[in-house]
Amino acid sequence: MTWIFENWDKFLEASGVHLRLAVIPVLLGLVVAIPLGWLANRSRSASAVLMPLSNVLYTVPSLAMIVIMPVLLGSKILDEINIIVALTIYTVALLIRNIADGLHSVPGHVVAAANAMGFRPLRRFLTVELPLAVPVTIAGLRVAMVSNISMVSIGALIGLGGYGQLFIQGFQSNEDIIWAGLIGTLVLAFIGDVLLQLAGRVLTPWVRAGR
Amino acid sequence: MIEFRAVTKRFEDGTIAVDELDLTVEAGTITVFVGPSGCGKTTSLRMVNRMIDPTSGTILVDGKDVLSVDPPTLRRGIGYVIQQAGLFPHRTVLDNVATVPLLSGWDRRRARTRAAELLETVGLPAEFGKRYPAQLSGGQQQRVGVARALAADPPVLLMDEPFSAVDPIVREGLQDELLRLQAEIGKTIVFVTHDIDEALKLGDKVAVMRTGGHLAQYAKPAELLSAPANDFVANFVGKDRGYRTLTFLSADVPVHEIDAVKVGDTVTSNSWKLVVDDTRRPLGWLSPVDGSVEVTADRLIAGGSLYDGGTLRSALDAALSSPSALGVTVDAEGAVVGVVHADDVLKALAAARAAGEVPS
Repeated sequence: MTWIFENWDKFLEASGVHLRLAVIPVLLGLVVAIPLGWLANRSRSASAVLMPLSNVLYTVPSLAMIVIMPVLLGSKILDEINIIVALTIYTVALLIRNIADGLHSVPGHVVAAANAMGFRPLRRFLTVELPLAVPVTIAGLRVAMVSNISMVSIGALIGLGGYGQLFIQGFQSNEDIIWAGLIGTLVLAFIGDVLLQLAGRVLTPWVRAGR
Repeated sequence: MIEFRAVTKRFEDGTIAVDELDLTVEAGTITVFVGPSGCGKTTSLRMVNRMIDPTSGTILVDGKDVLSVDPPTLRRGIGYVIQQAGLFPHRTVLDNVATVPLLSGWDRRRARTRAAELLETVGLPAEFGKRYPAQLSGGQQQRVGVARALAADPPVLLMDEPFSAVDPIVREGLQDELLRLQAEIGKTIVFVTHDIDEALKLGDKVAVMRTGGHLAQYAKPAELLSAPANDFVANFVGKDRGYRTLTFLSADVPVHEIDAVKVGDTVTSNSWKLVVDDTRRPLGWLSPVDGSVEVTADRLIAGGSLYDGGTLRSALDAALSSPSALGVTVDAEGAVVGVVHADDVLKALAAARAAGEVPS
């Protein structure tokens, strides 16, 4: 276990890269999934396409998804964009259902009241429906965050940075390095999950306001 | 003022929800749309703020065709109270009430000040403003719903079965509160309910609608009871409508003196005696006795309802529910004034009829 302390710089650098490659897709995925989730909730036919499609995308093996990216994107094989796009696709696939379910859970009388008060559709969506979908959305974000943090390691197989590099190095030389990557992954996943949970609590004070 | 002119709503599946409705809601009054489900009462209401658009016909609010105004703008000028209140669960009570002012572009501080005033108007303590809707009872939520509808001070208020989801005792309180509030604010209110008692209690005028979207009768409550236009209305207003007509009549009923006795007195009498406390509030009745007897608490027979000097219905009920057949009347402090006889109530009714006060 001494490797971490002797190579603290390398470990921190790997942590930074790993975090970046995991978090950016979560944010991008959220931005893309919100309109798609809205569409899936609003239109039955859109839902009939989007739901099976997201299931199928989610079952594509992550290694395959990452190595196919340069072909699809025309990017260089070592470009971080490959893993960012691949993980964004997984995040979107996961979140569409959560966001659609979250929007679906908004009581009909609340939407009707918003209309009757004179909300226009966009404002109603942003200030009434979306905030009420936050609890269900956060649940999906937590899964996406943790699974992204786990999957970033695959990027090492095509030469990208992060803890995955530590696994490869460790496999070739020193078992200690594997442990460092493993611990880093677990700690990042834990911190990411706790932060999202906290964000959820801050964004939804009404949920805890019991009677 | 709201005018429905030959308004028809036909849904896509061909059902006619509202059929050629012609009706005028006078400014500053409460008009109740009542009828069985499928009679088009809610559809009619929702056409006023364009939650639903008519298939044909015109609706004018203060002379202006509602179809000429874009829906969000129109709705900000019309208060709306929905069943189950429809409050926004993620916003505090104060921000719920401030919704329409904020939509209309007021600054936050002014909107919140206005919202705080309205909480007081609907009888909720100021500290409720910080709570979330889930922390309020159903009746309190409904009050917040009314406050929210009034926030931008709209001239017209639409109320869509607002009290149907709360229990009967709370509902009665909310109805009384609405009448008190309306006396203050004088809005043009359209109120939808399936409950005829609620309609008769709240409405200045009541529109009874029947399945298929037909207006069966549009009249004042007393007239609906005494002169229903047809069998449908007669059935709908119920079996005891003759009795309920008395709700709308107040007339002088002669008040007779009554011997009042107190606990501890010794009584010799073969008539009913009213037992009162030291401030002359009624405690109960003592039945006629042979010889003399001391008045004790265990001899008391509970009294009936009290006549407050108001409607004939209250007078008759006091007499009918009293074990002595004498209806006790009390003053504002609750002290006994005298008693009324059922016969006198019926005579007063006959006199009111002769004077043309009973619509027919």
